[in-house]
Amino acid sequence: MFVARSIAADHKDLIHDVSYDFHGRRMATCSSDQSVKVWDKSESGEWHCTASWKTHSGSVWRVTWAHPEFGQVLASCSFDRTAAVWEEIVGESNDKQRGQSHWIKRTTLVDSRTSVTDVKFAPKHMGLMLTTCSADGVVRIYEAPDVMNLSQWSLQHEISSKLSCSCISWNPSSSRAHPPMIAVGSDDSCVTYGGKVQIYEYNENTRKYAKAETLMTVTDPVHDLAFAPNLGRSFHVLAVATKDVRIFKLMPMRKETATSSGPTKFEVQIMAQFDHHNSQVWRVSWNITSTLLASSGDDGCVRLWKANYMDNWKCTGILKGDGSPVIGSSGQPVALSAAGGSSALASQNALNGVMAGRYFFPPLDPPWAGSRYAHLLPPPSLIEQTCESESSRSQQTLLRRRFSGPALHSLPEKEGV
Amino acid sequence: MGFVWGPGDLLAYETQYKPTGICHCPFVHVVRKDEDIYSPILRKLFNESHHIFVGLQNMKDDVPSKNKKHQYVTHVSKNYRSVIRACMEETHSQLKTASDIIPRWFECMFIRQVSILLAVELIWNLCEVLFIEAAPAGSLLLHLLDWVRLHKADVDEKAQEVLQSECPAEHQAYWDVTVCYILQGRIDEARQILLKQASQQPAARVTFKLMDSLLMKMPIYNPGGTQTLTEFDVKWRRWHQECDRCLQDNSFASHPHLELICKILVGDEDTLLEQREHLSTWYHFLVTRLLYCHPTVKPTELHYYAQASMDMFLDGRSAPEPLDSILLAAFEFDIHQVIKDCSIALNNWWFVAHLTDLLDHCKLLQSHNLHFGSNLREFLLLEYASGLFTHHSLWQLAVDYFDHCPEFGRVYLELQIERVPLDTERKALKVLRICEQRQMAEQVRSICKIMAKKALRNNRLGSALSWSIRAKDAAFATLISERFLQDYCTHGTFSDLDLIDNLGSAMLLSDRLTFLGKYREFHKLYAEKQFAEAARLLLSLMTAKIAPRSFWMTLLTDALPLLEQKQVIFSADQTYELMHCLEELTTEHSQQLTTKIELLRLALARNLALAIVKEGTLEA
Repeated sequence: MFVARSIAADHKDLIHDVSYDFHGRRMATCSSDQSVKVWDKSESGEWHCTASWKTHSGSVWRVTWAHPEFGQVLASCSFDRTAAVWEEIVGESNDKQRGQSHWIKRTTLVDSRTSVTDVKFAPKHMGLMLTTCSADGVVRIYEAPDVMNLSQWSLQHEISSKLSCSCISWNPSSSRAHPPMIAVGSDDSCVTYGGKVQIYEYNENTRKYAKAETLMTVTDPVHDLAFAPNLGRSFHVLAVATKDVRIFKLMPMRKETATSSGPTKFEVQIMAQFDHHNSQVWRVSWNITSTLLASSGDDGCVRLWKANYMDNWKCTGILKGDGSPVIGSSGQPVALSAAGGSSALASQNALNGVMAGRYFFPPLDPPWAGSRYAHLLPPPSLIEQTCESESSRSQQTLLRRRFSGPALHSLPEKEGV
Repeated sequence: MGFVWGPGDLLAYETQYKPTGICHCPFVHVVRKDEDIYSPILRKLFNESHHIFVGLQNMKDDVPSKNKKHQYVTHVSKNYRSVIRACMEETHSQLKTASDIIPRWFECMFIRQVSILLAVELIWNLCEVLFIEAAPAGSLLLHLLDWVRLHKADVDEKAQEVLQSECPAEHQAYWDVTVCYILQGRIDEARQILLKQASQQPAARVTFKLMDSLLMKMPIYNPGGTQTLTEFDVKWRRWHQECDRCLQDNSFASHPHLELICKILVGDEDTLLEQREHLSTWYHFLVTRLLYCHPTVKPTELHYYAQASMDMFLDGRSAPEPLDSILLAAFEFDIHQVIKDCSIALNNWWFVAHLTDLLDHCKLLQSHNLHFGSNLREFLLLEYASGLFTHHSLWQLAVDYFDHCPEFGRVYLELQIERVPLDTERKALKVLRICEQRQMAEQVRSICKIMAKKALRNNRLGSALSWSIRAKDAAFATLISERFLQDYCTHGTFSDLDLIDNLGSAMLLSDRLTFLGKYREFHKLYAEKQFAEAARLLLSLMTAKIAPRSFWMTLLTDALPLLEQKQVIFSADQTYELMHCLEELTTEHSQQLTTKIELLRLALARNLALAIVKEGTLEA
């Protein structure tokens, strides 16, 4: 792992989301400064901002790309209770010369009465469909019946989850054996409400989405979740970001009768659970072949998780706030010729029967944890802003950041490896 | 702090909380793994080894007998090693020729790469000797000697230097070279170089002669010969005793250098350890010790000697490095440990993936109680190939690796290949061909659709149409046909005539496309002055409801010149039908373009009259 490039995002406020397009040649960023920026990668691998425009009248939480089959289309959602769909149009020639592109708003989805917290396009085999979820606990599924006309979206389904929603994830499986399925996470902090992850499944007969499963073991607020690519397996894998990182395996159980119209029942297994962040986890995400899971948390680190050929999960990498990898102190993976750290190789990994990954990570030195804590403190400007534009979630994190300091001192990799 | 995965296994992520307000602009970092994939040095290694890999996968069919198969696998292993060597040497020569041009950091990177390649080759070679050749006692040591000689080649350089000097016997490195030869068991070369010294010192002739005869008599096991291992052992012991006797009766006391050599010959451990400088590594020490103490070592005993030699040689002076542990694991025949340690210590998956694949082909993983062997092989190959896929040109190699992963290879390929950026039509066609060869219908459709959409955005209608025909996307084809017709209405000409003229059966994809094709056919007939044919086609377009209603007016206008011709083209019946069409149109759209309609009516009436007259005269 190494930082290939750092890009000054030039947003006036916090960035909330970054999204790659399908091919990884474009990138969209959104921020509390109410704008979205689109970046294009040049031949030489440099990123240039080719569009920047004000999208909402509140913080923009998420931005996401539609599949390129539908053209160059973005969706964004915001604290201003709306979600919007944007399409790039081929601009005037002088625009092109300046390296700028033009995005126009195709629609604004105004059905929510509260902040829209997540927006996702459905898998492409379902057509052009967009899903939003909002703080009032409603998941909405829209469809563009004519893919050539993105200004018409009809609200197809409204699912009330009864809990404030924070995130959604579609099951990407296009197998006929798997009906469309969506997982919804809630950041409701009341532990007594029970499971914070609900799974809904489309029923051919009733043509409605019905709740198939609630993950009762997840009782703490959930901030992100992600289905893994299916890889042709019969079961599904779902990663959840809550107070720790969890990976669930959902195995559809055989229906008793072919005619039964109820939703599929699942046998839920927990495949792995990591509390290495030792704090609230904010994001989880799979790479394309789902060989690596990344998670980020309030400890200011992104951690990478990998399963080996025996399905044992291990931490295989840690990245600090500035993107640099935490590998020893040199920042270089330990090569054969390098001295030092070898005892760790011989003892730690030899003790363990399985492959830990390609790099190994000696425990961090505690002395500099104090300075790192300072690094994590938000700028004062942020605290002033929280009353208006920031949701209560930032308030909570602020408190958390203030008081969870000492817990950060020792990174528990020792136990894991 | 947030982040996102990109298709190229890139991870971009933003820092959300900056240290107290120094700079207000948040950064996005692009983090990349597998930096080696981008190394210009290793590119060649990846390319060359790909051919060997593919060759190995196809082995089963060609090679029937077990013996031949073993030979072939050994051959493959040697090929892999020669590729590593070639890569290393090329880097080295580049470094030499261009050392003053290239920047310092680049040079450091090169040197680091070469040292890693060296280590990789060393490990591979040892694995080849131990696992693949699986030499029995006796010949095992010969292989190990070859291994050490190959990787401690600096002796040859030094020897060259000594021999080319004016007086080799007085060269300061003379005895170093001689001792090194002895340590590596290169007896003949040692004898030759000793001759030079003997000729210089006539006084010590007897001593030199004695040493020469000792060296000459040293038995070397010949695996191809008739001699059994026990016979060899007896012979060797006799020789060993003779050496020992020479040492005891102080035959070499007058000559310290020769005495040292004799001590080495009897395998005196302390003497060997004093030669630490010349041995340089514990595994060299191990092999030399085996040569002069236990030449008939069995594979199963190796690990005992290896461990002891390492402990003796390092003697707490330095901790064992990853390389040492890997070699030790190999001496212990712990394949799993070797692979595991290599994947941790090495920077890329190339080595473990290829080695594991090779070992799996020799069925070695199973025989070493690694029942998940094929899983391990596939796991490592998938990792390696996924890494290759992030590279803008090496991804094509990865396809073959995925093809040879029976369980998940195809799914991985499907997921990865649709993410390949389709920058140009050429690249898109390349990707498309790969998908088509593997019957990946969904990916083929998706690629064509993306390309069609892209072409349409850039207003390249012809290209958009051909892509959407390939994608069998009826809705999109309809849309593009519409655009073609619109363009025709405004400009009066068609673009991309080649394509439309040669639609063939693809025309049936959508109604509108059929119309477009047929309408163009009409124009062609008209241009070729086949008026009757053209007229019939035009009429059928309307009566068979192929033409969209919105286009009828244009069609009728096209009929005008046919109606105005001197000879009668539309028959009376056909004219009636045309009139019917016109009426249908005018009742729907009340009174637009009145002059045009009047004109049409007039022309139709006139034509009808002529037609009736003509048909009447014919019958009469």
